[in-house]
This record gives sequence, structure tokens and C-alpha cells, in this order.
Amino acid sequence: MDKMPKWADIVLIPLISLFLAAFFSALVILAIGESPIEALKLMIDGALMRSSGWGYTLYYATNFLFTGLAVSVAFHARLFNIGGEGQAMIGGLGVALVCLYVPWPHWSLAILGASVGAACFGALWALIPAYLQAKRGSHIVITTIMFNFIAAALLNYVLVELLRPVGAMDPASAKFAAATHLPSFQDMFSTAETPMFRGAPANVTFFLALAACVFVWVLIWRTRLGYEIRAFGQSETGAKYAGISPVKITVVAMLISGGLAGMMSVNTTMGETERLILNSTEGAGFIGIAVALMGRNHPFGVFLAAILFGFLYQGGAELALWTSIPRELIVVIQALVILFTGALDNMVREPVEKIFIAMRRRNT
Amino acid sequence: MDFLTLLQVLDTSVRLATPLLLACLAGLYSERSGVVDIGLEGKMLAAAFFSAAAAYYSGNAWVGMLAGIGASVALATVHGLASITFRGNQLISGVAINFLAAGMTVLVAQSWFKQGGRTPSLTGSARFGPIELPFAIGPSDAEAAGRPLSRMIAEAGPLQQFYSELISGHSILVYLALLTVPLTWWLLFRTRFGLRLRAVGENPAAVDTAGVSVVWLRYSAVLICGVLCGIAGAYLSTALQAGFVKDMTAGRGFIALAALIFAKWRPVYALWSCLLFGLFQALELRPDIITNLTGFEVQIQLLGALPYILTVVILAGFIGKAIPPKASAEPYIKER
Repeated sequence: MDKMPKWADIVLIPLISLFLAAFFSALVILAIGESPIEALKLMIDGALMRSSGWGYTLYYATNFLFTGLAVSVAFHARLFNIGGEGQAMIGGLGVALVCLYVPWPHWSLAILGASVGAACFGALWALIPAYLQAKRGSHIVITTIMFNFIAAALLNYVLVELLRPVGAMDPASAKFAAATHLPSFQDMFSTAETPMFRGAPANVTFFLALAACVFVWVLIWRTRLGYEIRAFGQSETGAKYAGISPVKITVVAMLISGGLAGMMSVNTTMGETERLILNSTEGAGFIGIAVALMGRNHPFGVFLAAILFGFLYQGGAELALWTSIPRELIVVIQALVILFTGALDNMVREPVEKIFIAMRRRNT
Repeated sequence: MDFLTLLQVLDTSVRLATPLLLACLAGLYSERSGVVDIGLEGKMLAAAFFSAAAAYYSGNAWVGMLAGIGASVALATVHGLASITFRGNQLISGVAINFLAAGMTVLVAQSWFKQGGRTPSLTGSARFGPIELPFAIGPSDAEAAGRPLSRMIAEAGPLQQFYSELISGHSILVYLALLTVPLTWWLLFRTRFGLRLRAVGENPAAVDTAGVSVVWLRYSAVLICGVLCGIAGAYLSTALQAGFVKDMTAGRGFIALAALIFAKWRPVYALWSCLLFGLFQALELRPDIITNLTGFEVQIQLLGALPYILTVVILAGFIGKAIPPKASAEPYIKER
């Protein structure tokens, strides 16, 4: 018999963790001499009350959808892919090469090509840690951390030495051709009378991210491969006994994870900057960890968590603009979410389980 | 390359290796007890800020260091709670601690000093100054003779150059870090506490059966880790540099982690691997030396990534095999 009903596990526990994270964030804001209520009001005003605010919120959410899905696919195989950041960086390189060197006639073809480029490069960057984990037993957490740093160095080298246009000073590639410009929400939803999402970077990639959510749901719960990934994650010995190859599952799960992380760059590199710059990922790869933990590794949960973090990101930028609270507040909130939903999960879970068991005893 | 240039590069290597060494030994205690710690970076960063802040207010570097150790130990306690008491995922806890430190330091720095996430520059006794060993040519000799220090060292004999440039003139924390190496070796391999600590990282059930508390042993290892990370952070902001700047650890916690794997979780090897990685960092600052030495230009980005690449190669088992303590990252559940 389960210790508690399913809804408590899926809804109640994440909500309690989220509440704890919010409570401690409020304490932090109080401690630096600002009002948490005022701060929340500013964040909501800036991120949700205007269409351009939503444009930013959804732009950030697109990034977090990809990286959150990436982390959760790996989590299903009980692999902790902490290298989303590096995979997204290298994915950006894939996007840039595809956009710079292929003469695309139309953006709809270009986004397909760029997605393939991003996914291949991201997957490639995850392949080596995956292979080392599967074949040589090197711990994937450590190797993916190392690969984040190696990716940063590689990108720095490529941008400074190879892709930088002659005479340019900043380490960035040339601007992509105009044909690769992705329609932004402003282009898509504005009419002549009512401009919508003005100046916001949200673009058509958001729908690609939604498609990725559906893809991951189908993959994990409706295909044989997904079943094998989950079986492997539940019990490696059990999976082996059922004839599932650990090497294959480790490598394939990490390839999918790396590909998803890499595709984040379609949004940042092609949709927003339209050239490859250093640090276009801005830590989104790491936020994927918080998003996956909060979303309980389910695509719909990841979707909700990604929107929440998109809101926090945009709201945080507004706070930094109008108050003396720096943007790093978001990093603190992110840390608290990871701490309470991930590391201190048992601290929340055990008392709740006890309450449910006590209630059940009283009823019988 | 002449002898003096070599000495200067080695001197810089030692300075840059010191925070790596302290953090690496910190990780060694924790991981030997079976608690994986990828939060070294965060603990160092928090310590760097609180050391600089306390040193600025008190004007005393030692007070600063105590504050830094306090901050680092507080984060270590969180890690202990998550990974020992609540048997959570140690890796996720480490990630959370890194972000907590990265955000909190800037937030508090902005609130206290309003200088864009940095502390004011530290001067005088708020910093750990260089120590002149006896008979070495140091700044005071140069002042007495009224000539530039670099000239005086250049004119000295090779042995005096070696002594004055490389051995003498470091801050006390450098010597302290070097002393921690034999101390750690002795503690781990020659005391009862060390034997139990290593045992709890390999087979906690056996230690529990022998009537020794697994929880207590792991907490003490995690707290020692906190203290050493605290000293490493204090060194960064009050000895190596004069004040805290945002994200000043710059991945050093992860290089220390790499060094720990490179050293196969042994204290003396840790010294060598940290010195090697310190040398890489020193050469990154002086790419001209490699060009002069080898005749072709070496990419500084490659040098920066070298510790990480080497660690992956070591982990892959192509050069020797790095085997972590058997029970690492596994929470101990007393009864099933």
C-alpha cells in the first residue's frame, strides 16, 4: 500500500517545497531591507500585466522548457545531466554554423535546419560523458561538469579565432542572413491597431518547445524506448535481467538529453541575438535542474515550472531596474527551489507521509 | 627562458595552487567519508565574501577569516542536513549550495556596500601580507638599500634567488595550506579517527556494526570540509586579492574537484595535482613564456581547459584508474 495518495505526491509535496522556497526568499528580501510584498507586486506588474512582459516571460520559459526537459529525460534513466549548460553552448555553435553557411530561402526551413544542427551538436557534446559512463564507469556528473568548462573554452576559442568577422572587436560571429529571421510574437500577433508583445524576444521557437514537451511525453510513456529508459532508471539489475542493454540506454538517454539542451540555442541564438555570442546560455542549463525537479520530471510539470521560472527571470529583471535588489535574487530563489524540491525532499515528505498514515489509521 | 623567469612562474603557481589545495583537501575529507561535495565552489565563494566584509569592518584579516569559516561551515551544515540527516541527493544539494552562494554574496554585498556586488578594497592589516623568511631578500631589504627589489634579486646567486623568490614572501595561509597536507595524511592514515573516516566511506554498515556512529563521523568530515573551504575563500579575497568581487572563485572549486580525482583521493598526490593545475593557471597568465619555450603559439583557452580535459582522461581510466570511495554519494540507512 502506498504511504500517501498520488495527488499528494504530485501536487502537495511540490507546493509545500515551493512555499518553503518562497518563504525563505521573502526572508532574504526582508533581510536586505526591502519589502517582499512590494517586490512581488513589481514582479507581477513587470512580467505578467503587460503583453511585452509576457513576451519576455515566455522567451525565458522557452529556454527553460528545453533545458528542463533535457534534465528530466536523463533523470528518468537515473542519470544526472548537469552539463545542459555546455550542451546548449555547443548547440549554439551548431545553430550558428547552419545559419551562416547554408543559404536558407525561408525561415521555416532554416528553423528546421538549425534545430537539427543544435540537437546534433548538443547530443554530440553529451555523447562522450555518456560513453564514458556506460563503458568505463566514469561518473557522469563529474564528466558533464568538466565538459561545461571545456565547452566554454572551446566556444571562446572558436569565436575569437575562427568565427569572428575580420576587424570586429567583440568575440561573436557575423550576423545571420535576414532570411533566417524567426517571426517574433510581435510579428505574429500584432495588428495595425493593437501592437502586442512590443520589443519582446519571444518567438516561434516557443511552439517548438511545446512540441518538444509532447515529444518527451510520447517518448517516455508511449514508446518501447521510453519504457526501457524508465525500467533502467528504476532498477539497473532488473532492466538487465529483462534484456535491456545498460550501455544502449545510458547513451541514448544522454543523446536525447543533450539534443534537447542544445535546441535551447535555437531560441537564444537564432531567435534573439541572430548571431553567436559568448555566454548566450546565461545559466539556463542549470535552471533546467530546478525546473525538472519542480516539475517532477513530467513534461506538463516541466511546462508549469518553466513558466514560473520565466516569470521569476523577467520579474527579477524588473526588480533590478526599479529597486536596489540585484538580479542575483533569482539565483537565490533558484537555489532554494533546488534545495527544497531536490536535496531536502525527505524533510518535506516524511512529515506529510506521517500525517497521511495517521489519518488513515483514524479512519479504519 | 632564464632561471629567474622559471622561479617567477613557479612562485605564481604556488600562489594560485593554494586555494585549490585547501579546497581539494576539504573535498578529500568529505568524499573519503562517503559524502560527495560538488559545493566546494559555493562554500569558497561565501567564505571569500564574508572574509572580505569582516576584514573590512574590523581591519583585521584574522577576524575576516573567522567570519569566512563561519559562512562556509554554515553552508556545510546545510549540505550535512540534506545529505546525512535527510538522506537526500548529495549532488543536487551541492548544486543548490553553489547557486545559493553565488546569489547571496552579490545580494548581501550590494545591500552592505552598494558597489555593484563587491567589497571595498582592503588595505594594511585587513589583508594577509607576505611573510619574509629570515635571510631572504624581501621588500624591507630593498627599502633599506634604496634599490628596486627585482634588481636585487636578479643580482643574487641562484640559491638565494630560489629561496627569496619561491620559498619566501608568501602569505601565512600558503604555508598553512602546505602544512595541511602532512597533517591530513597523518590524520587519515595514522589515527583511529582517520581509519574510521575512511571506513565509513567504503562500508558504513561495518562501521555501524562496530558501534561507531556513521552520522557523527560524516558530520565531522563535512564540517572539516567547511573549515578548509573557509580558509580557501579567505585566502582568495584577503591574501591573493584585496577584496571580494562577484564570482571571484571562477570555477576553482571545480578545478579542486578535478584535482581530487586526479590525486585519486590521496593527500600527497593532491598536493602535486594542485601544483600542476596551479602551474597551468600561472602559464595562462604568461602565454609569452610558452611561445618562447616551444616556438609556437599555444592557445590560452586550451591551457584553461587543460585541468578539465586531464580529469576526464583520468576518469576514463586511460592513465591509471581513479576509483572513488565505494559508498560515496550513497546515504546510509540504518535499518531497512
